Amino acid sequence: MRKLHTFHGGVHPATCKTQSNGSPIAKAKLPSKLVIPLRQHVGHSARTTVEVGERVRKGQIIGQADGHVSSAVHASTSGTISAIGMQPVAHPSGLPEPCITLIPDGLDEWMELEPCEDWKAVPHSELRHRLRNAGVVGLGGAVFPSDMKLYAHKHKIKTLVLNGAECEPYITCDDLLMRERAEEVLKGAELMRELLYADEVLIGIEDNKPEAIAAMRDAAGKHSGMEVIAVPTIYPGGGAKQLIRVLTGIEVAAGVRSTDLGVQCFNVGTAYSAWRAIRFGEPLISRIVTVTGNVESPQNFEALIGMPIAELIAQAGNLPGTTGLIMGGPMMGVLLPSDKAGVVKATNCIIAASDALFPPPRPVLPCIRCTRCADACPAELQPQDLYWFARAKNFTKAEEYHLFDCIECGACSYVCPSNIPLVQYYRFAKSEIWAQQAGQKAADAARERHEFRESRLERDKREKAEKLAAKEKAAARSEPAPVSDKPDTKPQDEIARKIQAAIDQAKAQAAEVKPKNTEQLTPQQMAEIAEIEARRARIREIAQASTDAQPRE
Amino acid sequence: MLFSPYITKPDSVSKIMLQVLFALIPGIAIYVWFYGPAILVSLLLASLTALSTEALMLKLRERPIAPFLKDNSALLTAWLLALSIPPLAPWWLIVVGTMFAIAIAKHLYGGLGSNPFNPAMIGYAVLIISFPSQMTHWLAPGGLGSAGLDFQSQLNYIFRGALPDGLTLDGVTMATPLDTLKTQLHMNGQMKSILEMPIYGRLAGVGSEWVSLGFLLGGIYLYARRIIGWHIPAIFLITLFAISGVFHLMDPARYAGPLFQWFSGASMLGAFFILTDPITSPTTPKGRMIFAFGAAILTFLIRVYGGFPDGVAFATLLMNICVPLIDAWTQPAVFGRKDER
Repeated sequence: MRKLHTFHGGVHPATCKTQSNGSPIAKAKLPSKLVIPLRQHVGHSARTTVEVGERVRKGQIIGQADGHVSSAVHASTSGTISAIGMQPVAHPSGLPEPCITLIPDGLDEWMELEPCEDWKAVPHSELRHRLRNAGVVGLGGAVFPSDMKLYAHKHKIKTLVLNGAECEPYITCDDLLMRERAEEVLKGAELMRELLYADEVLIGIEDNKPEAIAAMRDAAGKHSGMEVIAVPTIYPGGGAKQLIRVLTGIEVAAGVRSTDLGVQCFNVGTAYSAWRAIRFGEPLISRIVTVTGNVESPQNFEALIGMPIAELIAQAGNLPGTTGLIMGGPMMGVLLPSDKAGVVKATNCIIAASDALFPPPRPVLPCIRCTRCADACPAELQPQDLYWFARAKNFTKAEEYHLFDCIECGACSYVCPSNIPLVQYYRFAKSEIWAQQAGQKAADAARERHEFRESRLERDKREKAEKLAAKEKAAARSEPAPVSDKPDTKPQDEIARKIQAAIDQAKAQAAEVKPKNTEQLTPQQMAEIAEIEARRARIREIAQASTDAQPRE
Repeated sequence: MLFSPYITKPDSVSKIMLQVLFALIPGIAIYVWFYGPAILVSLLLASLTALSTEALMLKLRERPIAPFLKDNSALLTAWLLALSIPPLAPWWLIVVGTMFAIAIAKHLYGGLGSNPFNPAMIGYAVLIISFPSQMTHWLAPGGLGSAGLDFQSQLNYIFRGALPDGLTLDGVTMATPLDTLKTQLHMNGQMKSILEMPIYGRLAGVGSEWVSLGFLLGGIYLYARRIIGWHIPAIFLITLFAISGVFHLMDPARYAGPLFQWFSGASMLGAFFILTDPITSPTTPKGRMIFAFGAAILTFLIRVYGGFPDGVAFATLLMNICVPLIDAWTQPAVFGRKDER
């Protein structure tokens, strides 16, 4: 039996998983349209490769990965592109993002796929390239392009951790995936292990999912060096840092890559999608979504990416009293600004919220420093102090108290007896600090640019003068040197004098030369010019005054 | 419901404070058993004063009144103060003390969560400095003193200052066991013979030792319910035990034993109910231990060498001052950064 480690804190909210994990994964019906955002991943938005009116087939790339960190997006079914433009997306900001709208033709006709039986014979760089083109990203919620995480060139990766913990209440998509498709998940893990040259694969599953554990253990028997480990059910035990800690004892601090410590972590759904992409050439065009909460029959759907969330909810059965839709779990999920947005790769769960399930927050009282938050914090922070600093906008102090180590799991807010929305305060402080840093960066860049320009002008002037001086010197040397005339003149002084003379001459020339086009003008034109000159002078004066007024560093 | 998390633990300040009030009940019940119901009158007077002062201050500060009145924090302050002063005292004593605690020590510092000093202990300090004589007339436990007082007579004294004919205040009250010990030692009494006086029982004072046991019981309940942590009570009691034990071993004739220190005065009330006030104590585990250690040393020193009958209140206030510094000094290492220090 493997010795498990623990992490500090954690909470035990009601898991609410039995509502949706009782029935098998259902295939969601083909929706009336698909709204596919071009950016569903961390990194650069994909670049459109289709045009409005174009017919596309299922699995065809409609957005090409663009830039170093990026991922492709695909047509989730066959049909016609009806629009390319800004649409509301499943993001809490409510800001529209570029999306491709696809009207399905109902044929669900696949493009030519390139399956690969013997993937072990394919070079790793080619496998990574295929994953990128298949749009495989982290399905645990982070949606980081997976090909970027499947390198092992700097550090030896000892352990590949497969995350099937699924600690958030309500969500059961990974549970059902592991129950029904354990073998393919593990084949994906095999592929990932190969790419990482990892020694072992540890699969962590919270012990409230006995069926999934059994199915995975069953499948793992066929693979060597893979271990399915039941970990205690505690939120946020499914956070990558927490699961790595529990399984290996390694603590990955904020800002540190787990690979530097010899561990890489993937969600089980990602492993499954990676396998489908490599073995069958199927891009990531659907995912399993738990639809639960205030719906008639909570269950898991295999839904096409881009399927309008309203249509997905309707398939589970709308119920009256729904006050909003949460994407993700109740601890870290986001309230969707619109049900018209499409399912994206990050959509693991949609909870129809009602007042009965999520009562309106109680009035906020002052902090009584009871430190229940500190007891619950898995990052071992002092949330009550961070709250104080964020509230006082004392951001320097907040950073000193490791604000950026906060993983925003919400455990502190969950336990707070004063109902303080602590995580909101931390998000606020973080964004303020980011804004400050961005401002500082812009100011630094501007100053650098200015200083560089000044130095360049200075240099040009100097070089010109030196050139002139050198020319004169060369001319002087060709004549007989009048050494005896000035025996006390040092050569340096001579050069300096000549440079000065050259500068004087240049200045005199500049003063003499007048713009030719201002000669022989009519008096009217002259008056106009004078007026313009006066206006310019005034503007210069104002500009000068305003720069003087600004504080200098 | 706008931001995650959308669920919260059904816990509230009001429930926490209520649990603490609940945990005081065994001690109060024993108190009534030994000293009669006068303490209930003080508790009631203190509660009414605290709630009305709280309401008035909230109104003056333009804060919502109902949610704060319901948080039970003012009631807790009132009860802790009432349990710290003699029950047989003129009614205005507890009223003045409570008003000061709530209005000055709590609200003028910013109200709930912002007061640096324990309000009940500020109330106690004000009373013992301003009205020392009223603060030393403690009721004699049942069976001691020249005569017991029935409830009617206790009420008569509290509200009208009148005692039954033929009785004097000195006849029905006495100094606390701690105070008596100090006075007797001062008059060159021997520890052994002092402790044979009728006011002393098995551990400390007759009656008061049982009340202390009641508070210990309530304190264990609070720990079991995770309302308080172990750091403060355990370190406070262990330190008090250790230092009084060392002194007692060196000179048993002049220094009472550790159990005597534990069960007299406000040791138990302080360890579990006063020092553990989250608002005025440190937030880090290490900080709490330093805080409790300091409070125990100060309590002992004030009891033995100071001019006041008990040391818990001043020890608490003195350590309250140190809290921000202790917190700043004892920040624990965060996840993944244990090697950085």
